[in-house]
Amino acid sequence: MSNFFNKSDLTRQDADKIVSDTLNNCDDGELYLEESKSESILLDDNKIKSSNYSSDLGFGFRAISNEVVAYSYSNEISKDSLKNSSENLKSTLKSIKGTYNHEIPKSNKKFYKDINPIEQKTLDSKLEVLNKVNEFLRKKDGSVKQVTASFAGEQKSIEIIRSGGESLTDVRPLIRFNVTVMLEKNGRKETGVYGIGGRQSYDDYLKNDNWKNVCEEAFRIASVNLESKPAPAGEMKVVLGPGWPAILIHEAIGHGLEGDFNRKKTSAFHNLMGEKVASDGVTIVDDGTIDNRRGSLTIDDEGTPTERTVLIENGILKNFMQDRHNARLMNTRSTGSGRRENYRHIVLPRMRNTMMLSGNQTQDEMIKSVDKGIFAVSFGGGQVDITSGKFVFNCTEAYEINNGKIGSPIKGATLIGDGPSILKEVSMVGNDMMLDPGIGTCGKAGQGVPVGVAQPSILINKMTVGGTKL
Amino acid sequence: MVKDQEFLISKASYCLDLAKKMGATDASVTVGHSISETVNFRNKSLEASDRSDGLGLSIETYLGKKRSSISSSNLLDENIKTLIEKCFETTKITPEDEFNSLPDKNLLAKQISSLNLYDETRFENDKKIKYLKDLEESASSDNQIINTESSFTENKSNFILANSDGFCDGYKTSSFTASCVTVAKDENSMERDYEFSSKRHLSDIKQATDLGNKAAKQTISKLSPKKIGSEKISIIFDKRISKGMLSAFASAISASAIARGTSFLKDKIDQQVFANSINVIDKPDIIKGMGSQNFDSEGVNSNTLQLIENGILKNYLVDTYNGKKLNLKSNGRSGGTTNLYFEKGNISYEDLMKKNSRSLYITETIGHGSNLVTGDYSVGATGFLVEDGEFKFPVNEITIAGNFKDMFKNIILANDLEFEYSVNSPTMMIQGMTVAGK
Repeated sequence: MSNFFNKSDLTRQDADKIVSDTLNNCDDGELYLEESKSESILLDDNKIKSSNYSSDLGFGFRAISNEVVAYSYSNEISKDSLKNSSENLKSTLKSIKGTYNHEIPKSNKKFYKDINPIEQKTLDSKLEVLNKVNEFLRKKDGSVKQVTASFAGEQKSIEIIRSGGESLTDVRPLIRFNVTVMLEKNGRKETGVYGIGGRQSYDDYLKNDNWKNVCEEAFRIASVNLESKPAPAGEMKVVLGPGWPAILIHEAIGHGLEGDFNRKKTSAFHNLMGEKVASDGVTIVDDGTIDNRRGSLTIDDEGTPTERTVLIENGILKNFMQDRHNARLMNTRSTGSGRRENYRHIVLPRMRNTMMLSGNQTQDEMIKSVDKGIFAVSFGGGQVDITSGKFVFNCTEAYEINNGKIGSPIKGATLIGDGPSILKEVSMVGNDMMLDPGIGTCGKAGQGVPVGVAQPSILINKMTVGGTKL
Repeated sequence: MVKDQEFLISKASYCLDLAKKMGATDASVTVGHSISETVNFRNKSLEASDRSDGLGLSIETYLGKKRSSISSSNLLDENIKTLIEKCFETTKITPEDEFNSLPDKNLLAKQISSLNLYDETRFENDKKIKYLKDLEESASSDNQIINTESSFTENKSNFILANSDGFCDGYKTSSFTASCVTVAKDENSMERDYEFSSKRHLSDIKQATDLGNKAAKQTISKLSPKKIGSEKISIIFDKRISKGMLSAFASAISASAIARGTSFLKDKIDQQVFANSINVIDKPDIIKGMGSQNFDSEGVNSNTLQLIENGILKNYLVDTYNGKKLNLKSNGRSGGTTNLYFEKGNISYEDLMKKNSRSLYITETIGHGSNLVTGDYSVGATGFLVEDGEFKFPVNEITIAGNFKDMFKNIILANDLEFEYSVNSPTMMIQGMTVAGK
C-alpha cells in the first residue's frame, strides 16, 4: 500500500482538515489519491522494440452540490497544491448549502491479491518469453511474415479520503499478454490477434507454456482469414459464439444502462425500467466480484464495494448501473459502478464484467436452424450511439452459414443493430457461457477502463451484416 | 501559470546530466507542463468544472545500440534519480537494435520561427459560463431539442525537448475548444448530434450562437430516420467524415507500418494510389495551425511534404528509427502528420450533390472498421438519402463497405476546403461502394 503522506509537507491531518473544510456544505465528494507503476515491453519485427516503465502519482479532489460537480487534479501532492484545488472547488460551488452523505457500505471481501506483478517476474524472463514467441511462430510456418508480442503490467494503489477523515484503500494489479501475427500467402496478407490477462501475476497466466496456446490461437485466426471470401451485405440471421462476442451485450445494452445517460434521459432505455426489453430466458448481470478478472474491483473509485448487479432478468429491465452522484439524483443506491481511468478524470458509472447467463440450447441446434446467415466467433471492437441506440461491432473471425451448415470464412465485416430491440430478436440462448480471455478496455468520455464480458452462444433472428457482396 | 522555459530546461538538464553520469552513451528527455480548465453546462445550467494541472517527463537512455525509456509525472529530483537509475539498469539488459539512435545532428531543427501558436489570453470561468449560456440558449430554442450539453476548455502548455547531442528547444501552445451535443426527440425517434470549434487563439472561436444553432439544426434533421435497402450507390462524405479518410491514409504510410510490412500501401512509392486529380499535402508551418510544429517529437526539422501528387504516392511519414530500417532520412514526422489536407477539387458542393440522380450523404460513422493491412473498410453509418441534389430523408442503421485501394481511386473532391482542424478535407464523393441495410 502506498503511503501518500511521506512524499511532501502534506500530512494526513492536513489532508483530513482540508477535505472536511471543503466538503462541509456539499452533498458529496472526496479526495482521491493514486500511485501507479506500469510497464510495457514490446517485441516487434524480430526485436525488442521498446521497454517502458512509468510511474504516476497524483490526486483528484471532487466536490458535489446538487447536480454540479467541481473537480480539480494535480500531480503534485503537497499542502499548497491541495489548498489551491480546494479554493478552486469552492469558487465553482459558491453559496451552496448541502448535507454531506457520510454513508458508504463496507465489505471485507477482496477479489485479488496485493501484488506488484511487475516485480514478480524479472525483465530477463519476460524478454525470454517474447523471444520464444517470435521464434515459435516464425518456425511454425513459412507464411508468418510478422510477429508482435507484448507484456503490459500495472500496480495501482488508491486511497479515498472522505469528509470526516474516513479512508478507503485498494491495491489493484493488472496484466496483459498479447500476440499478433501477420501471414502472407499468394499475395494476401491477414493478421490474427489473441491475448490473455487479469489481476494476477504474469506466471499465473503463463504456466505450462500457456504462451504457446496464445500463439496457436493468433495463428489459427490469421490462417482462417487468409481463406476468407467477401462478406455478404444485408439483413440475416446471426449466430454468435460464446465468450468475447459478448461485447455485443456491452455495446448494445450495457452503455445504455449506465446511470448518467438515464438520469439525463439521453439513453434509449431511460423509460423502460420494469419493461420487457429482451426475449424470455435472457438474463444479463454486471459483476465486479469475480476473482482476479480484468473487470473486477474490490471497491470502486468512490470507495463503494462492488457487487453483482442484475440488469435484465428473464427479459425484464431490473437495474441501471450507478455511481454515487447519479444514484443520489435518481433516489437510488450506488451499485459500486463508479469508475475513472485515473486521478486526472472524474468518476462515471461504468461496466465491470458484463455477462449474459447460460440457457439450455446448444450451438449445434442454432447453426442447424439457419438457412442463410453468418456465424461470428470473434470481434475486434464495437461502438454505440447511446441516443439512437444503434451499435456496431467488427468481426475478426466469421463464417457463412448455408442450409444449417458452417461454410467458408468471410472477410471482416461490421455488424449493425438497434440496442433496445436486438435482445428481443434473440431466439436461442446456449448452455455454454464462457468468460472472455481478459483483454477488454472500454472507452467512454475519453476514459479507458479495463472490463470483462461473458456470454453463451446465441442466435439473433435479424441483424444487418456490412459486407460487400450483394 | 504554465511553467516557464527556464524551469523546464533546468529539469531536462538535470535528467541528461544524471543519465550521462550513470554511463548512458546518449539520452533524450521531454519535460512538459499543461494547465487546462473546463466548464460543462447541461440544459442551460452549470454541470461541472474541472481544473487540471499536470507536469510530465519522459526519458530515453541509450547504451550504444541498446535503448529503454521511462515516464513519470513526479518531478521531484529524488524520484527522477530513482527512475533514471531504473531506466539505465533496464537499458543494460535490453538487447541491441542496430537502428536505435538519436536523430542525425544535421537534421535537427535550427531556427525556430514563431507560428503564433500561443495566445496568453485568460478566459475566466465566468466568461466561459456566459459563452455556454448563450450557446445553450440558441441550441435549445426549438422544442424538439430535449437535452443540451456543452463545454468550454482552455488549455495552456509548454514543453522542452533536449538530447545529449545538444538539442534543447520547446515552446508554448494554447488551445480553446467549445463544443455542444444536442438530443432531439419526436414521436418516432431520439437522435443526437454535435458541433465544435477548436482554435489556438480565443478570438478565432466560433460565435456561441452559431455553434448552438448548427448543432440543433443538424440534430433535428436526423429525426425519424429510415433504413434503406442493400445496394451499390455513390456515397458523399460530409467534411467531418472525409477527413477520416486522410487519417487512415496517413496511418498506412507511416514508416513503422511500411517497415513492418503491415500496410496495404507498402512498396507503392511512385505508383498511382489515388485518382489522378488528387493531391495530399502535409504542411507544418501554417500560422496558428492546430497541427503546426517547429520540429517533430525527436527535434527533427519538418518541412512541407507533398504526400500525393496527381494521385501518385511521393513520400512516407518517416521517423529516425524506421527511416534507418527503410534506408530513408527522417522527414520530421515522428509523431505523425502536422496539418494534413487534400487540395481542393474543382467541382462545387452543389454540383457534387447533383452529380448522380441518387446518392447517400454520410454525416457520421461508428465502429473501428478500417483494416490497414488489407485496406478493407466497413463501418456503421448515419446520413441522408440525396435525390437530384436535395436531402430527401435521414437514414440510419446501415453500413458502408469497400476497400481503400478501390475507394482512393474513385474519389471526387468538391472545392469547399477550409482549414478548421489539423486534418482537413473538402466534401468527398466515392463511387461504387456497398451499402448494407434491409
